[in-house]
Parts: sequence; structure tokens; C-alpha cells
Amino acid sequence: MSIETEKIRSIQYRNRNELLKKKTEPYLYLIPTIILIVVLLIIPICMVISYSFFDNVIINKNPTFVGFENFKKIFANKTFFVAVKNSLIFVGGSVVAHLIIGMTFAVLLNTKYFSAKTKAVFRVIFALPWMFTASVIAILWKMLLNTNGVINYFLVEANLTSTQIEWLASRDFALLSVTVINIWAGYPFYMISILAGLQGISTDLYESSAIDGANIIQRFFRITIPQLKPILISLLMLDFVWTIQQFALIWMTTGGGPINATEMLSTFIYKLGFSKYQYSQASATAVILLVVCTIVAIIYVRNQRGQD
Amino acid sequence: MKTVKLTVMKTLKKSILPVFLVMSLMIAIVGCSSSSNGNANQANSETGNNTATGAGTAEAITLEFQQWWGVELPDGVLQEIVDGFTDQTGIKIKLLSNPYADTKTQIAAGAAVGTMADVVGLDGSWVYDFAKQGSIANMTALMQADGYDDSQLSDQIKVDGNTYMIPVVNFAYPMYVNLDIVHDAGIEIPNSWSKFTEVSKKITTSTGKAAWAIPLSTESPSGIQNNFMSWLWASGGSMLKDGKPALTNNADLTATVEFVKGLFDAGVVAKGAYAMKEADMVEEFTNGRVAFMTDSLAHLTTIRKEAPDLNFDIIPVPVKDGYTGKSGMGVANWGIGIAENTKYKAEAMKFIEYLMSPEVNAKLAVYANAFPGNVNAEPDYLQADPLFLKAYEIYQNGYAINEFTGLPTSEELMRSFDEQLQLYLDGDTSSSADMLAETQKIWEEAFN
Repeated sequence: MSIETEKIRSIQYRNRNELLKKKTEPYLYLIPTIILIVVLLIIPICMVISYSFFDNVIINKNPTFVGFENFKKIFANKTFFVAVKNSLIFVGGSVVAHLIIGMTFAVLLNTKYFSAKTKAVFRVIFALPWMFTASVIAILWKMLLNTNGVINYFLVEANLTSTQIEWLASRDFALLSVTVINIWAGYPFYMISILAGLQGISTDLYESSAIDGANIIQRFFRITIPQLKPILISLLMLDFVWTIQQFALIWMTTGGGPINATEMLSTFIYKLGFSKYQYSQASATAVILLVVCTIVAIIYVRNQRGQD
Repeated sequence: MKTVKLTVMKTLKKSILPVFLVMSLMIAIVGCSSSSNGNANQANSETGNNTATGAGTAEAITLEFQQWWGVELPDGVLQEIVDGFTDQTGIKIKLLSNPYADTKTQIAAGAAVGTMADVVGLDGSWVYDFAKQGSIANMTALMQADGYDDSQLSDQIKVDGNTYMIPVVNFAYPMYVNLDIVHDAGIEIPNSWSKFTEVSKKITTSTGKAAWAIPLSTESPSGIQNNFMSWLWASGGSMLKDGKPALTNNADLTATVEFVKGLFDAGVVAKGAYAMKEADMVEEFTNGRVAFMTDSLAHLTTIRKEAPDLNFDIIPVPVKDGYTGKSGMGVANWGIGIAENTKYKAEAMKFIEYLMSPEVNAKLAVYANAFPGNVNAEPDYLQADPLFLKAYEIYQNGYAINEFTGLPTSEELMRSFDEQLQLYLDGDTSSSADMLAETQKIWEEAFN
């Protein structure tokens, strides 16, 4: 073999090696993250899915495969449908109110009519609920909504009600109360995100529309909303997934009661697992919730791709 | 060829080395955290082997002790007590102290995945399920192996004839009464149900305050055990027959349900009961908004601390009209058990023996405002609150009872009773008989 041929082969080998390196190197860097995701996410999810197809796992030392038996039991459980109904009301109410309140505050904070100082102060005040943990929010609102609490005091003093209302203990008010608490706790995320989106809209659009004679409402619906659409869709989808999983707030304020008035899918799963020790049925319900959230996530990803 | 090899080596070193470094670092972090935060079983595997072979020394053993007691005792007391055990045996005790609800969730999660701490604080209502699950150890066998004289224990919580939990200290649930409200209403302390109803109405009409409070939140349904059933047990009633649910055709229980409904219908019960937890009830009483409540003696210190000027007393729970027998006083306890997954069952048993020894048990009882679990313990209650001593006297005149202890899915039984009671109180269920029949049906499913 000539020296020249060896040199050519060496160059070819080096090129091939560099190409391989280019292709594989990013994946190698991802390995630690992939390991963590597999251990902390994929394996537990697979375990929960497998649990849902066996008879009572954990309690039963030698569980047997029962197919969709656990799912049948869940669908035969009346409380499950109460939890689904309550979850939909809670999620629907929260998401819509988050959007409206977040949008309103964001628009207010983006307006030119307030000074920068005023805006900064209100930005902090409006964002405060986002800083609190679920336990702090639950304690705070339990005190406010107590029958002897501040809210009832003002309502009675203002002659808006003759008796103290049992906000969290009454079947008529409990679901409304926890939804209001969740709305209060979650709107700042919308507000901050929408505010960031508003600040990214070019003022040229508003100026040219003003020259064309568009009023404030027309500008809002023809410029602001279309410009914010990608952010709003992302927010709505994320909020749906987060709210449907809300547990701590419900558990700490009402525990799913009175009776089943505030029973959500999350509290239903918790009670099945940690109180009734029906881990397989709890897993089956969690799988149903996972499917719903996955569908929403797929829509979200498709939407994001569409924007790209 | 050498040049090629060198280039390949360099490339590999450049690309793979950082990856391996990062991986090694992560494995080290994960490894360290699992050994420090995981269960003692894994954490002490090396030392365990040493002990098992006799090659090592007992000093190397650390037992994890998960409980809620440390949070409820004065600061540092539990640590001081467990340090005494370390001084005696060289076995270290790592305290995992969290509030009751968190402890329950963590122990249940540990039971599910086999990572329970070596020694666990238990509530009697959890025992049946953990025992059936095989996550807590059979202590009868351990006591026998250790030659422990169990006749000194005031009680043992058994499942299928074997002990799975030992009550360390017992908390009685007498009735607390706000004397100022009672005086303002111009009434006498009631000792029967009819008198209680009568004075309750007077209190509400004359002072505008609630006469009685009951926490019925479904998050923590222990109000059924501690506050509702206390009426039944005080009048010698029972909710079980031969260890099985006996809710239907139970005259005592039917009368109790109707008596409580009578109080609700009369509007004398503190508002917000369906969302109220035990802590909320204590707060209502501490703030002087409720005249009577049935509560644990464990809260005596808290009430004294929070409201030093509150003029209150402790009385026996009023009994059903005409009842003259002994009264049962509801008790809750700080129980203790051993995890099945621990490699140190013998050492854990030694630790329990230490906690149950007359001296240590007496000390724990004094600090916790509780009654000892060892019959030979002689707590020095001389420094104790006079009301505590009064409660002790009431306790000694009657008998301790908690029928929920050792029942299957005990908390769920309370919750289903709670929900059915709420439906009856709200008028959704037409009669107490229907309410109890529906509850009986739900309970029986749990027992099957």
C-alpha cells in the first residue's frame, strides 16, 4: 500500500469519525437527563399503568392480571362521575376566569395612563398570589371564609346577608368557594404572560389602525387578541392540565366534602389509594387522568408546531 | 495508522470524557441521596451486615424513627429521650418528625413501596391495613424472641391474634366546658343528654354563641371517632358486635344519631362543622365562641398557652338519660410498630422496650399530658395541670375505649359514617335507621 493511499484512507476515516461524532455527541450529552427522566418519570408511569391492570397490587403480595376490571369498577362508581363533573366545573371556571382577570390586569398594567412607578407597585400587588404555596393559600382563605371570618363580617355589616354563610361547609357554596380560591391563586400567571406578550406587540399596528379609524374595542379584538393568540392557547392548555391536577388546595380546604360537593379526580384518587388502600383502582383512575392530559398535551404540541 | 488511532482516541476523549464525568457525578449524587434519604434498610446495609455477622459493633447502627410525636412534644424532649437509648446501647436513633397527617401519608407511601422507616409511630386506625399488607412486623414473635414480659403493657393492638402495635401513651377525650359562657347563660353543668340539649338551647339564645362544636371535615374524619362516638361510648354503647359492624338495630347508636341531629336542628352547633377539623374546633373553643367540646387532653397545654385567661373546666361527657353504668372515655394513642422491611428488628424491639420501660414511659406521659402505656409506670403528675388530674380521675372512674382501633380501613369507615351522617343531618336521608342501614352496608364491604 502506498503512502498516499494510506493518507487518503486516514483522511476518509477522520471525516467519517467526525461525522459520527457530530451525530452522536448531542445524544451523549443528553444521557444523564434521559436516565433521570426514565428513572423518575417513565418507570413510575409504566408502573402505574401496569398496576391498573392487576388486582389489588401492593396489598396483595401476588397480584393477578385482571385486564380492564379496575376500569370497569371505576366507571361503575358513582362518586367517580361526581368527581369528573366537579373537576370540569372547577377547571372550566378557573381557566375562563384566569384568562379574563389575567387579561384585564395585563391590559391595565400595559396602558400608558399610569406612571411607571404605579405600574411597578401594582405589578407586585397583582402578582402576589402567585408567590404563595397551596398550603398558605388554603390557610389564608380558610380564615377569610370562616363563618366568623372577615368576608362574612363585611357581608353581614353591609346587610347583604342576614346569616353567616358556611362558604366551605355548605354543599351549595363549597365548589364555588374552592373555584374562587383557585382563580385568585392562578390569575397572576396569565397576567404576567399576557403582559409580556402585550409588550411585544408593535405599536405601529395600533398607530396605523388608529389612522384607519379603529376604536379601542376594534383594536383589542383585531390586533391585540390575534397577536396574543399563540400565548393564550398555550396558557389555556397548560392551565387546564395544572388545574385538573389540583389537589393540595382542595384537600386542605374541604377534603372533597361536604359529602362529595368538592370531590375532584385528584381527591378521589388520593382517597382510593391512601384511605381505602385500593391502589389498583387508584392507578386506573390516574391512567384515565393521564390519557386526558396527554390528549391536551398532544393538541398543545401540534399547536406549537403549527406556530413554528 | 498510529496517527489515525491517536486522532480517534483524542476525539473519544474529547466527546465522551465530559459525558462520563457528568454521569459519574449524577450517579454519585443519586447514590448519596438514596443512602442518606432512603430507608434505613438501604442506608445501613453495610453496618447491618457487620452486625449480622458479629464482625462489627452496635455503635454503627442507626434506626430511623418516623413519628408525629416530636412535633407535639415540647422542643427537644423526644431527642433527649432517644439520646438516652443511644447512651445505653450505642444504637443511634434518627428522628423523622412531621405533623400527624404528613406522617400518615409518608408511612402509607413507605408501606406501599417497602421503604418504611425502621420504627414507626402508628395510630390504631392504621394498624389493620398495614398488618394485612405485611408492611409492619409481627411484634408477638419479636417479643417472644426477646423474652419480653408483655403483661406490663396496658394494651396491645392485634390483628388475627398477633400484636402489631403497642400503645406508648394514651390520650383521653373528656369534655371541655367554657365556664364564662355557662355562667353568662345562667345554667348548670349538664350530666345527661336531655339536660345538655336544654342548656345548649339556653346558651345559644342568651349568649348568641354556639353550645357545642363537632369537626366533621371529610379530610380528617376523626371527629366521628373522637366527638360523635364519645356520646355513645360514654353511655356504655357500642358500634360493634363480636368485632363486626353492628350499626343497625342498635338502640344506643340510633339514639345517639338522633340526639346529635336534635342538637343540629336546634341550631346550637358551631357553624361550619362539615369543613371543620379538630384544630379548627380547638380554635373556636380557645377564642371563647363555643361552650362545650370533646377534645384530647393533648390540647390542654395549647389552650392554656393560647388563651391564658380562658375560664374553662373539664367534665365527663353527659350520658343518655337513665344510664347509670360506667362511662367509656374515648382514647387515642401514640402507638409504635416495627417495619417489616427493616434489617434491625431485634434492635428496633430493644428501642421499643426502652420507650415502654416504666421510667421512660412515665417521662413521656408527663411531657405529652397523657396516660402511660406501661401499667408499672408512675408518672409524676405533681407538676401537671389540675385539670389534667381531674381528667385522670374521670378516666379512672370509667374505662378507656376506642372501637375504631384495629378495624379495616378504619379512617374510611369514619369517612363513610361522616358522609352518611351529614346526609341525615341535611335531611337527605329520612331516618336514622336508613342512615345507619346504609352505613352498615358500606362498612360490611370493608370487612369482607
